[in-house]
Amino acid sequence: MGNSEGEYSVIGRPLIKVDAMAKVTGETKFADDLSLPRMLHAKILRSPHPHARILSVDTGPAESLPGVHAVLTGRALPITFGILPVSQDEEALAIERVRYVGDPVAAVAALDEETAEAACRLIRVEYEVLPAVMDLDEALRREDVRIHDYGPRGNIHKEVALTFGDVEEGFAEADYVREDAFFYEGSTHLPMEQHAALAACGADGKLCLWSATQTPHYVHRALAKVLELPASHIRVIAMPNGGAFGGKSDPFSHEIVVCKLSMLTGRPVKICLTREEVFYAHRGRHPVQMWFRTGVTRDGRITAMHFRSYLDGGAYGSYGVASLYYTGALQTVTYQVPRYKFEGVRVFTNKPPCGPKRGHGTPQPRCALEVHLDKIAEHLGLDPYEMRRRHLVPPDSVTVNQLRIGTVGLGECLDRVVERSGWKAKHGKLPFGRGIGLAGSAYISGAGLPIYWNALPHSGVQIKIDRGGGVAVFCGSTDIGQGSDSVLAYVAAEELGIEPEDIRVVTADTDLTPVDLGSYSSRVTLMTGNATIEAGRKLKALLFQVAAEKLGVPADRLRAAHRRIFDRDNPAAGMPFVEAAVLAEARFGTLGAVGSYTPPKGLGKYKGAGVGPTPTYSYSAAAVELTVDPETGFIAVDKVWLAHDVGKAINPILVIGQIEGSVYMALGEALMEEQVFRKGVHKIPSMLEYKSPTFLETPEMESILVETLDPAGPYGAKEVGQGVHLPVVPAVLNAISDAVGVRIDEVPASPEKIAKALENKRRGRAPEAPGNGRLPSVVFPEPVVVQPVGG
Amino acid sequence: MSSTEYAVGKREVHKELIRLRVNGETREVYIPAHKTLLEVLREDLNLTGTKHGCELGECGTCTVLVDGEPVLSCLALPIELQDRDILTVEGLAERGLAHPLQVAFAELGAAQCGYCTPGILVAAKSLLDGNPRPTRDEIKEGLAGNLCRCTGYVKILEAVELAARRMTRQ
Amino acid sequence: MMRLPAFRYVAPKSLAEAARMMADAGPDGMFVSGGTDLYPNMKRLQFDPRILVGLRHLPELQGVSGDPRLGMRIGSATPLHQISLHPAIRARYPALAMAAGSVATPQIRRMGTIGGNLCVDTRCNYYNQSYEWRRAIGFCMKRDGDICLVAPGSPRCVAVSSSDTAPVMMALGATVILAGPDGERSLPAAALYHDDGIAYLAKRPEEILTAILLPPGNGLRSTYWKLRRRGSFDFPILGVAASLCLAGDGTCTDARIVLGAVATHPVEAREAAERLLGRRLTPELIEEAAMAAYGPAKPLDNTDLTLAYRKRMTRVFVSRALRELAGFP
Repeated sequence: MGNSEGEYSVIGRPLIKVDAMAKVTGETKFADDLSLPRMLHAKILRSPHPHARILSVDTGPAESLPGVHAVLTGRALPITFGILPVSQDEEALAIERVRYVGDPVAAVAALDEETAEAACRLIRVEYEVLPAVMDLDEALRREDVRIHDYGPRGNIHKEVALTFGDVEEGFAEADYVREDAFFYEGSTHLPMEQHAALAACGADGKLCLWSATQTPHYVHRALAKVLELPASHIRVIAMPNGGAFGGKSDPFSHEIVVCKLSMLTGRPVKICLTREEVFYAHRGRHPVQMWFRTGVTRDGRITAMHFRSYLDGGAYGSYGVASLYYTGALQTVTYQVPRYKFEGVRVFTNKPPCGPKRGHGTPQPRCALEVHLDKIAEHLGLDPYEMRRRHLVPPDSVTVNQLRIGTVGLGECLDRVVERSGWKAKHGKLPFGRGIGLAGSAYISGAGLPIYWNALPHSGVQIKIDRGGGVAVFCGSTDIGQGSDSVLAYVAAEELGIEPEDIRVVTADTDLTPVDLGSYSSRVTLMTGNATIEAGRKLKALLFQVAAEKLGVPADRLRAAHRRIFDRDNPAAGMPFVEAAVLAEARFGTLGAVGSYTPPKGLGKYKGAGVGPTPTYSYSAAAVELTVDPETGFIAVDKVWLAHDVGKAINPILVIGQIEGSVYMALGEALMEEQVFRKGVHKIPSMLEYKSPTFLETPEMESILVETLDPAGPYGAKEVGQGVHLPVVPAVLNAISDAVGVRIDEVPASPEKIAKALENKRRGRAPEAPGNGRLPSVVFPEPVVVQPVGG
Repeated sequence: MSSTEYAVGKREVHKELIRLRVNGETREVYIPAHKTLLEVLREDLNLTGTKHGCELGECGTCTVLVDGEPVLSCLALPIELQDRDILTVEGLAERGLAHPLQVAFAELGAAQCGYCTPGILVAAKSLLDGNPRPTRDEIKEGLAGNLCRCTGYVKILEAVELAARRMTRQ
Repeated sequence: MMRLPAFRYVAPKSLAEAARMMADAGPDGMFVSGGTDLYPNMKRLQFDPRILVGLRHLPELQGVSGDPRLGMRIGSATPLHQISLHPAIRARYPALAMAAGSVATPQIRRMGTIGGNLCVDTRCNYYNQSYEWRRAIGFCMKRDGDICLVAPGSPRCVAVSSSDTAPVMMALGATVILAGPDGERSLPAAALYHDDGIAYLAKRPEEILTAILLPPGNGLRSTYWKLRRRGSFDFPILGVAASLCLAGDGTCTDARIVLGAVATHPVEAREAAERLLGRRLTPELIEEAAMAAYGPAKPLDNTDLTLAYRKRMTRVFVSRALRELAGFP
């Protein structure tokens, strides 16, 4: 789609973001910055028990505290909700059962936050404490303690077994078959902004919610369901998110609660979670135990792969079914895998629910796979780069699990990081304590299917041009810092031949903007970009029609750029954009157009085939050089080289920003971040003790952009927000091995684990098994046998 | 009184008239002593440019300058800050002209979500006011009390360097 | 938003007035200086004084004076930042400059004072949590409860001494001045601390830590090594303060090694220091001393990283500190 390279006037330029000045002056309003006349403040009372039955709730004393306007319990909100239609298992406030410490139980609206908090402490809840299951093993073992009454059995939320081709045949063909186990600890998004929401129910009974959410459309649906209001009476406005990373993409209890409190009191009601409550809202990275069995030929060609994942899901479904499928979906889209078997299980535990965090379900298996391949290369005496490079998935092909591959820049990404990092002179050759590691990866540019089944577009855009030349772009997409508002302006400006600063972007408002499904699954640039192009071209055609007549030039020779419409062959012949807009409005009436985008259907028809397809895959490669202090196990990351096949960089500044941010977040996961529990309670729900890297831990980074101009993307663009996270973590683990000769098959690779591994090695002891030492015992169902396409 | 008793709002609150000089303007607020500068800026003075991420001194988001020095507004009491010069992000631009740091942050993409940005900008201003040509390590040390989750810090470092170059050239 | 519980704030003009105000307040009162330790603790309802007596601006508590050849005096309300940059301290008592400069963050070092850091509340990851969190897991004896969640059999609190500067003051042989209603008294820095996570200070609640006196710094070599996950924000989970005097021929004539953050109080590693006395420092001797320092470290599972690791790192950090002082690579 789009013009050929070099003809763009906006696309590809390093422009400032449309909201940049507002953000550097403090002008940008985040949800908690809002305040309305007569506004009340809400607080939520949360469960102190990981698992308990609620016997009674006495709100009397809270209600009589001066300043309290309403006290809410679960009985007032009996309808369940959840992001996925298959797991509608959440209550806005628990009715009969609480399932983790922090589970919302009651809420108060009061004149100020302190009174609301004091009133929460006056609510008397009588609990019958139930046994809690706090990890995978316990959840599987204690079938008698069921956290939910749905799912196949016990605490299994979802299980899956799929086989594509005959893996046994493949293993028989292999020269070398290797098995490895891994553990990837859970982590949380830790956006700097705590979740906040403000609801106002007007005198007309219509409700408006301003919220720090990535998915206003899904929040809109959940509100309509739980509050039993027509969707047309609810307006959801997503405020700019102060960081999200997947952590603000579920409909949340607090959003429903402020709406209900506003309906009850007739006053605006605001809530802002404390940092501790954000740790309970969670929806972060699942802790995952993994196992790989891979057969390869002598030159490293994969003949078969068998993968198992065991996800500790926490107390509710959230995106968990999708997360589980994602752990098994994308192994096949990087290196050729002719036969593949995937078995996985997600279990419920009495902890805050896990969900999507940057890379959603794929960082864990990608990490395990890239370390596993590194070990295979080491065993076979092959250079890990050469081995990967030789067996890449070909472009325009179909994988064994029926995923359609578009352009593939993985080879070039690997080449570029190898070249820039000096890999060949370093790998296996640096002095003890220093090492370099490599990994490749792939990610989706938007999920092929929406969260709920429908035949509607995934993105809609409306553009209006006024007679003063002003252009407004309306779209449901939500800027969470990634720059989606700017992308809309760049694309509209490119199509109409004006400058991004001429455009007003109106986004994420369910009353004003066409639906966009939300800022998740790295879908926004590709999907809203394509929809904007469609709307823009409709308007451009009108402008060209009137300009062609006026200029006496055929419309197909016209071009729009730099606020002019002109003859491509004789640029002096042209007219200002504003003039064309006036002529067009005189001719056609009010100028407006819409565009929409629906991704192509996936090929697979099997259950689970909905997870994995995408208009196009992005590819990345990372090289990490680091220094290990062998006595303390501390790691100093010296430099990270990250090459990314972004298809086409709409704005290289934003692309590099996403790369650097992902490298940072991935290093946090690789080295220190963990969401861990003790005695049924989150061990460290604070910014101080949940360790996220500071300025001082940040290494030098080099970002390399690879452009493959994918036909599916706007101007050839693919995603960049998530895929670049994936190769960094395994590259760190591979670099540790290169530096000190021990394998840490676990994330985070904290200093104590490295020091311990080195000591074990010094003393000739066997390395410790990842995770709790063994894989959970799960009897997977008979796999669904899926025949390869055309096979 | 035990914290449980406190917890149910039984303690009486005394308010005082406090005079604060914020961004060069003198403002009077009638507040209790326990109301932090962060709360007063955002809730009483409507200066919501100053953000908050933990309110416990663990993230640096709420940083403002007091007499030119970076201070955590979530742990500062207005009652102790009368007659001091308080600068928030709203006071960085002068007569509508953005500070070179603001321009550099915008140009280089050093503000992604923009939530940590106000605190980092004022911390960086304090750094450059005291050390107009800092090395990269000095910038890292100077900003080590501010967390950011979006940028990986690289663009922030580059933006501070760019602003420093522009400011020292003048 | 985490907010402070209500209190009245009084600002004395002099030390004497501060003492009077505290006497009036009685058990409802607390002193506050920088507030960077107390306010977060108050927001979590670990403390809820009705009256705060502010010390930060008292003239008697300000500034660094004296001469390193004769000894120096540091007012307790001196900000940590100022101490970390003070030329004479950096030159003659580098361990103190390093420790003060390693506390928390640049913002907290400007707000927080040396007195506050010496008196910083002991820490424990069962205790430095919100009221609701502590209620969920069960209150501990340090606040609102009667058991220890770290060591359930323990009759006393095992919260960790988490001051960076306290072990340094002990290693330097500093003296602290306490002013109370009955006048002043001075204590060796070591005597300021008790082996008890709750009653961790010898300072009585009505006493004010007014100043720290450093002995002459001639010929003294000192350093501070801090173990923590990140280069900023984090409290120490092990601190090693070491000071040495070496004669012209390299013989060690005086040595002190003090371990922070591995017990309820800073612990002197006496045996380790004694091994060095009268001997010339060699890499082998340093290793021997470092092994001896391993013993007094008694970390428990109530901070970041595991106790076994923190204990193991004691040897490594003592060795590194001594090697630095001896000029070995």
